[in-house]
Amino acid sequence: MIGNTILLALREIKRNVLRSFLTILGIVIGVGAVITMVTIGGGATLQVRQQIASLGSNMLIVTAGKRMGPGQTSGASLFKEVDATAIDAEISDIAAVAPVTTQSLKAIFGNQNWTTAVVGTDNRYLRVTSRALKTGRSFNDGELRAGAAVCLLGETVKKKLFGSQEALGERIRLQKFSCEVIGMLEGKGQSSMGSDQDDLVVIPLRTFQRRVSGNQDVAMIQISVREGASTDKAKRDIERLMRDRRHLSPSDEDNFTVMDMKEITNMLTGTTKMLTALLSAVAAVSLLVGGIGIMNIMLVSVTERTREIGIRLAIGALEREVLTQFLVEAVVLSSFGGLIGIALALAGSLWLSAVLNVPFVFNGGIVLIAFLFSALVGVIFGYFPALKAARLDPIVALRHE
Amino acid sequence: MNAELKTGAQTQEESANVPPTALATPQPENLVAFRGVTKVYGRGDASMQALRGIDLDIAAGEFVAIMGPSGSGKSTAMNILGCLDTPTSGSYLFKGVEVGVLSRNQRALLRRHYQGFVFQGYNLLNRTSALENVELPLLYRGASSSDRRARAREALETVGLTGWETHSPGELSGGQQQRVAIARAIVTSPEVLLADEPTGNLDTARSREIMDLLTKLNRERGITVIMVTHEPDMAAFATRIIRFMDGLVASDQPNRRESS
Ligand SMILES: Nc1ncnc2c1ncn2[C@@H]1O[C@H](COP(=O)(O)OP(=O)(O)OP(=O)(O)O)[C@@H](O)[C@H]1O
Ligand SMILES: [Mg+2]
Repeated sequence: MIGNTILLALREIKRNVLRSFLTILGIVIGVGAVITMVTIGGGATLQVRQQIASLGSNMLIVTAGKRMGPGQTSGASLFKEVDATAIDAEISDIAAVAPVTTQSLKAIFGNQNWTTAVVGTDNRYLRVTSRALKTGRSFNDGELRAGAAVCLLGETVKKKLFGSQEALGERIRLQKFSCEVIGMLEGKGQSSMGSDQDDLVVIPLRTFQRRVSGNQDVAMIQISVREGASTDKAKRDIERLMRDRRHLSPSDEDNFTVMDMKEITNMLTGTTKMLTALLSAVAAVSLLVGGIGIMNIMLVSVTERTREIGIRLAIGALEREVLTQFLVEAVVLSSFGGLIGIALALAGSLWLSAVLNVPFVFNGGIVLIAFLFSALVGVIFGYFPALKAARLDPIVALRHE
Repeated sequence: MNAELKTGAQTQEESANVPPTALATPQPENLVAFRGVTKVYGRGDASMQALRGIDLDIAAGEFVAIMGPSGSGKSTAMNILGCLDTPTSGSYLFKGVEVGVLSRNQRALLRRHYQGFVFQGYNLLNRTSALENVELPLLYRGASSSDRRARAREALETVGLTGWETHSPGELSGGQQQRVAIARAIVTSPEVLLADEPTGNLDTARSREIMDLLTKLNRERGITVIMVTHEPDMAAFATRIIRFMDGLVASDQPNRRESS
């Protein structure tokens, strides 16, 4: 009987393919959006976590300005190299401190060019970010002090400029100056928000200040706390020191931020989470609209098929059999919407994850929930029209034209 | 006595396959019995008394024609006979069971198991083949699909529509549609066949074919036939003619069947 009812529902849906499709569009969009958002959001969050984990949990970053992302300054004055030196000297339990300042520049070798992140820092940067050299050497003291035109290449930049050619010892152009490649960085792989951790050129801080920025500023200070020591304590100590160095009176707010990994993670994943929540709300609304669409079309269908209902009741169909028939029709309709939505969402997520460079994390739970929810929408919004059909008076229904 | 008819507590299969046996327990003298049946439509000033107290007994095996002027209450009586409606007062006993106190679903079960109804306007499902139309009542009885198919073909054969199984009502003539409707009514082997103006839309030749068919079902299969008609020619096929007038039975006479 239920098999027959489903067949009947399918036939009825097939009779009005276009109408059926338009009816379930809301469900398709709702289910599709929910699954896509959760999948992409999950992938992005996973990626951020992975990248942060690869940095090590004992990292602190000091940026200028209050509660802004790295590199953003909100007008507060930046740091100087001496700030980094002071932290290194005065804070205990610090493994390494690196002044870091970056800018995006075009790197040129021969007829190849590639826009990359140029990082002005010193050898401590490698320790703080746990990077190693694959070949060549790091900067020597003379180069650091003099601001020599030397650089370390990330894997991506090397590949883009040199291909399979040997890069060590060659000279590349960065903006208006050329520098010699003295070392190759070990690859760190894919990373946060679609960016590539190996897409960088490291040059001495002094070189950066002199040839690129033209001032003595340092955008941020990266610190790695000694293994086993309290990051919280180090963070508090650094905050106290920086307030002191920046001559803030007790009533002034901090005009810098010291972030630990937890805060960096939250900052990076918070955005994705908020976006996911927001878009899920939109998707929920579209499911609601989809449900109303189904209710509307089912009511139309009941009116159109009043005679049919009258015939069924008159030849001995029970109220609940007619109710079931229309309920099944609504559920089959909405489940179709759910299935199409799932298919579109999976295809869309695969495509988006490729485009956004985010890992594709299949979330079976949300797919199942979304499908059940779409069926539930059919039950809820199909119930009233189905009840209306079942309650028809067969005599009146038979006379209906 | 109607415990078995309590559909809410039954499963689909039970309600479909097990006839409400409780109905058969009271030994009825007659298949149907009206006792002072009245039917009032509407309320107050707008009320309209369609039946004013009808007493009527019809035994199994009869072929009854109900005649009477328009508005005399024939269709109202048929709807009550067919358990589609209940009397305002008085009692209607079908196989000894008081129909007036049954729920909608219980009356549906009576229709499903004991009655076949042929409606005036055919009332077939459009866009659905003749065979599927005839299968419909069996579907609600929970018959298997092969059983449904076989019995529907047989019913179509009985009404002379072999070869028309796959045609939809739109592709059939009025007479053929009416025969599909009859096939649908008899496919469950009902005890009584109720037909409200079965020849209302047909020409004389087609009408006679339908009457021959009803006569055959009555004679050969022992199905009780109760039919409403305006035409004396058609009423002549019956064994008994009841005339309605203003919601009352005006006359009730046996009839010598026209030999056909
Ligand atoms: N649902 C209804 N509501 C109100 N009045 C009704 C209803 N059905 C029938 N009537 C009235 O009851 C009376 C009897 O109607 P009924 O349909 O039984 O007549 P009939 O004998 O079948 O007539 P006809 O030969 O035209 O079919 C009529 O006056 C009709 O207007
Ligand atoms: Mg009538």
